[in-house]
This record gives sequence, C-alpha cells and structure tokens, in this order.
Amino acid sequence: MHLRDHIGATDRLLLPKKTDMLESVQSHAPLDPLMIAEEWLEAGKEVAIATVVETWGSAPRPVGSHLVIDAEGHFEGSVSGGCVEGAVVAEAAEVIADGKPRMLEFGVADETAWRVGLSCGGRIKVYVERLG
Amino acid sequence: MDPSSLQKLNRCRRERRAAILLTDLTDGRDRVVAEGDPIAGDLGEAVASAFRSGKSGTVEADGRTFFLNVHLPPPRLVMIGAVHISQALAPMAKIAGFDLHIIDPRTAFASPERFPNVRLDAEWPEVVLKDSPLDAYCAVAALTHDPKIDDPALKAALEAGCFYVGALGSRKTHAKRVERLSAAGVPQAVIERIRAPIGLSIGAASPAEIAVAVLAEIIEALRSRGLRAERGEAA
Repeated sequence: MHLRDHIGATDRLLLPKKTDMLESVQSHAPLDPLMIAEEWLEAGKEVAIATVVETWGSAPRPVGSHLVIDAEGHFEGSVSGGCVEGAVVAEAAEVIADGKPRMLEFGVADETAWRVGLSCGGRIKVYVERLG
Repeated sequence: MDPSSLQKLNRCRRERRAAILLTDLTDGRDRVVAEGDPIAGDLGEAVASAFRSGKSGTVEADGRTFFLNVHLPPPRLVMIGAVHISQALAPMAKIAGFDLHIIDPRTAFASPERFPNVRLDAEWPEVVLKDSPLDAYCAVAALTHDPKIDDPALKAALEAGCFYVGALGSRKTHAKRVERLSAAGVPQAVIERIRAPIGLSIGAASPAEIAVAVLAEIIEALRSRGLRAERGEAA
C-alpha cells in the first residue's frame, strides 16, 4: 500500500493523537506524511507537499507517495529512496515563499538540470505545492 | 493544496473511507472526492475506475489534466473463529497485505500462543464489532461451524457491506444457515452475497489448503469490487 511511508522521524510530538492510535497501528504507518502535514498546519507552520505524480522505469517510490516539508526544512515521508529528497526540500522553500506549485522531473536524463540522479535508473515527476 | 482538502482527506482515511484527492495540474486547484460522491462526465468515469483499481495517476478529462491520488483503506480480514484454518490463513493473509482481526469467544481457541502477533479478541463477535465496526474494506470469514458465533458476525458483515462474506460449512449446513438468516429478517438477495461453501473450488483438503482457497476468493472479491454490482445492474 502506498500510504505506508518510511519511518524516519524522532520528534515525539508528531505521533498520532491517542484516539487515533489503534487505527494508526492497523492502517497507517506511525509517521504518516499527510497526517503530519495537518498537524504542522494546526501548529501554524508553513508547509509544502511534494507528490510523485508519474514514474518511468524502476522508480523507488510509487505514484502518490508524499514528502512534506516545513519552512525550516524539516521533512517527513519520501518521494524516492533518498536520492532526490534534498533537491525537493530546496525547491519546497521556494514554493512556500511564492505559493506557486512546481512540477519537477528527476532521473538519468535530467542529471545535468538537477545534479541528482536516481541510482536505479528510473525517472520520476514530482509535483510540489504549498499547503494553503 | 487547500487546507480543507487535506483535512477532509485525512478524515476519510481515519474513518476508513475510500477517497481521491483530485488535483487540477493546470491551475493547482484540488478537492477531495469520497467514494460514492457523484462526478459527471469523463472525469467521473476516471474517478470510478481509479476507485476500483486503487491506482493513482494522471488523466486527461474535459480538456484538462488531473492527478488522482487514490487513498483506499487497507483491506482487513476478520476471521470469526480461532480455528485450525485460521492458523494457516492468518500468516498467509498477512503476507498478502491484509490487516488481521481474529474473534472467537472460546478462550481455549483464541489464545495468543496459537496466534502470536495477531489482533485477537476472545469475546463474542457482537461485542467486539460494536467497538471495532466492519466496513466495505473488510472481508469476513466465518469459520467456527457454530451458529451462535458465526450468525451474528455474518449478519453484521452483510449489513456493513463487507466486500467479502464467506462461511465455512457444507451445502446442507449452509441451507440451514440461510433459513436462520431469513427468519432473522435478512433479505434473500443479501443472504446470497455469502460465499458458501467457502473458498475457490480447487479441491482443497487440509486446513492450509482451505486457507489458500479462502484467501484466493477474498483477493478475487477485492480486485473485482464494484464490477459485479455494475454487471448485475446491466443484466
């Protein structure tokens, strides 16, 4: 299931609320990017959401996967196996600043444009937008 | 993304309701469509098809490009009966990606030693299902052979519209079950949704083989969700 994203954070504040615990254990990864984005929003943070919208070849994360980023550069989730997250986080700062969504493309063919590549040889298209 | 879209999407996911986040890639506007919400035109067809397949992707519809991010609740298999078949079915279904829940009021059967690392309730189904209700993304397999335990769970499964409802027992046993459910006021057309005898017909003999037949039947039901109903309407 594409909702089961990587577990990476240590921030205890981001754990689901008590009432959601049982459901979370059953249905969602403990640190679910979209749930975290909502908590960040409630905490008054500025947030960008990155989504894999297309993949070609052996892309590491399926279409629909999310990376959520706040204005300080904190992030949760993943759009690749870790190869392009840095570039997405950098672009997210711009998206948060000007509010304009961007479509980013990564892969072997775009190495020169982004100086990042997917080691697996796949290509991915990532949509980055501001929350609100 | 519109904050209200995110809130609605997460609400659907917490409530185990299927939902699609529909983003217009031309202007960046988005909205959340819950399963069953009416959408007209080509986009409506694309949405219905995405709910069936569970696959996210971009579609061209009505002259615009949309990204459909499909969020289906993870399928859950609820086994009524902590029996020998369940001991084989539980690990198999786990590997296939199902959330598991086993319910059996008989504590000798429903012991953690027999079912390690599985959500297990040694209680009557009607009690457990009050706190943990069934939904359209649940499969229910009634495996105890005991009407006192199986019948209330089957009734609850049919009422909740579970995508799969199966019951162990011979044709004769099932005929008696149909009589009991009819007497309890369950409409005939609804009773016919019960798969009995349970499992695909592969000549399964041992408990483990029956578990394979049951899991295959559940997967078939999951992947053809909605199609059956549409065919029924067309006929």
